[in-house]
Amino acid sequence: MSIAAGSRYLESLLAGRPQPPAGSLEWLNKLRAGAVERVGALTVPTTRDEDWRFTDISPLTKIPFQPLRSAAPLKPADFESHVIPEAAARLVFVDGVYAPQFSFNRSGAVVENMATVAGTQGAAMESHLGRHAEFQSNAFTALNTAFLHDGALIVVPRDTKVAAPLHLMFVATQEQTANYPRCLVVAEPGSTATVIEDHVSAQDGVYFTNAVSEIALADGAHVKHVRVQRESPQAFHVTHCAVSLSRASTFHSVGVALGARLSRYNLNVLQAGEGTACTVDGLALIGGQQLADTHSAIDHAHPHGMSRQLHKCIVGGAAHAVFNGKIVVRPGAQLTDSAQSSRNLLLTGKARVDTKPQLEIFADDVKCSHGATVGQLEAEEVFYLKSRGLSEAAARNLLTYAFGAEIIARIPAATLRQRLERSLLQHTQDS
Amino acid sequence: MIHQDSRTLLTVRGLRATVNGIEILKGIDLTVKSGEVHALMGPNGSGKSTFAKALAGHPSYTVTGGSATFDGADLFALEPEARARAGLFLGFQYPIEVPGVANSQFLRLAYNTLQAQRGKDELDPLEFDDFVREKMKLLDMSPDFLERSVNEGFSGGEKKRNEILQMALLEPRLAILDETDSGLDIDALKVVAHGVNRLAHKDNAIVLVTHYQRLLNYIVPDYVHVMDGGRIIKTGGKELALELESRGYDWVSAEYRSGARATA
Repeated sequence: MSIAAGSRYLESLLAGRPQPPAGSLEWLNKLRAGAVERVGALTVPTTRDEDWRFTDISPLTKIPFQPLRSAAPLKPADFESHVIPEAAARLVFVDGVYAPQFSFNRSGAVVENMATVAGTQGAAMESHLGRHAEFQSNAFTALNTAFLHDGALIVVPRDTKVAAPLHLMFVATQEQTANYPRCLVVAEPGSTATVIEDHVSAQDGVYFTNAVSEIALADGAHVKHVRVQRESPQAFHVTHCAVSLSRASTFHSVGVALGARLSRYNLNVLQAGEGTACTVDGLALIGGQQLADTHSAIDHAHPHGMSRQLHKCIVGGAAHAVFNGKIVVRPGAQLTDSAQSSRNLLLTGKARVDTKPQLEIFADDVKCSHGATVGQLEAEEVFYLKSRGLSEAAARNLLTYAFGAEIIARIPAATLRQRLERSLLQHTQDS
Repeated sequence: MIHQDSRTLLTVRGLRATVNGIEILKGIDLTVKSGEVHALMGPNGSGKSTFAKALAGHPSYTVTGGSATFDGADLFALEPEARARAGLFLGFQYPIEVPGVANSQFLRLAYNTLQAQRGKDELDPLEFDDFVREKMKLLDMSPDFLERSVNEGFSGGEKKRNEILQMALLEPRLAILDETDSGLDIDALKVVAHGVNRLAHKDNAIVLVTHYQRLLNYIVPDYVHVMDGGRIIKTGGKELALELESRGYDWVSAEYRSGARATA
């Protein structure tokens, strides 16, 4: 694809952009305008870009997605199966548009639609929105930012501990549309929260989800973040999640990718203060013709940082998983302790995985380990289970399940965990 | 215990098997009847474990000759899972770790698979929990082991107890225990041996594959077989194990070689 065609495509996506409502905030208008400008200057990445080498996004550009003009009516039955009963708050967005009738908040934290509270929460929004997920060089992030309107805003006040999960649900209902989910989580000093970011579908058609999340942890804050991508099997999905950790804060993230024909998850964690810790776990469970790409970057910019990453892919059919795990240790980030592991299970001869650790270490007193394995089920393990009477299929299913369950077990919300365990079980029995 | 009205469970004749094209078993004959305890001894590399794994159907071992009849059926015509369902059990020398699967889940799946096969009722998680806890007492195992992933992070002794726990649940007709004593301290050995003794009765049989005589102080065999070079070269009673303990294996091999020369 030529560069010109690429930029025309982005502009075509911008074309139907709703005008910002009158009386909106100046800083927000500026942010959007800046993003619109970048969309004009950037192009859709191609496989010639190092960052997109294994992921050919060109099928996306063959479909003239339109932004949503009117929200589709959603029935509770459409998302019932995704409800998390123990949640202390829920925000539902239908094709990116806030649906107050399905949302509630009894958490004690601010859990609101951005467009609704832009006036009262302006300070928190202005100091964080668009500041973590940079859009100067990322076309999809620029596009999302250009569309900034509705979105989830979570502000956990100083020293407030919210034990029950805060559930953000983005439901896609309309074919041939592009939707732009946006999340901002601000965890004030000493606060604690668990956020579930859930991308689901009420249809099986083709559409494009282009999401951006920003999570800012102040000193001593603790955030657990679960991100589940279970879009329609025909969908395109791109998420850029940017996390910033201030001194002594901790971040634990579990990302699960099940859906979409083509998905890309960029997770950037910046250790922006001393003594921070992050655990970044991921599971891609795909089959058929799916492609799931995870690009993570953990940037250790200060001393005494800790990071742990376990990323797993279970690839069946003719599916293709991509993992690029970048670990940066900047000069001065001494005593960084980092460990990364990429483990991949190929269920068929046509399944493919490209996994690449990328370590850039500029400090000398650090501990950084990494490892990657790609394999099939161990014959020895299959035999062990068969020797106990399990059929070949049952043995393989159990081992495949076990491979994925290790990640799902780390999800800090029981209902969601059990549900995903069931879908994993279902998946392993179908493949 | 050798007894009058026993029935033949396993008949192996002239068994030959290869691993990666190399012949390890060079003609094994063995008959095991119900109620009996056999010890299969021999130096490292004599083919003991290969024999055990070939009987259980390990995919790395290719049977190239001979026959094995288990309870009237041609054992080598059966897939490993069918052998298990027919009542053959292999206690692994190195039990496999299965991270991500709770031990209770695995044990219940195995138990229910065999129950269904035998036309008996399956147990739901609650019923199974009660059932398995009873069996665990036999092996002095903490119920904590139910919640942990199968064998993951278990010590050597805990893994072996878990193997015998599976034997207790699956109630095999013939249990082949491959080096169940290796890696056990004396206390663990006593516990495991006690468990095995409790599970032995007149209708089943046990083949203990072991390098050392020590285990046989606690599980007393009816027959002791010595393997070397892929064959059983000597068979005796329990006293043979004591003789092996004091004199080693070399004299048996020498005796076998001279015997072989004499017949040649």
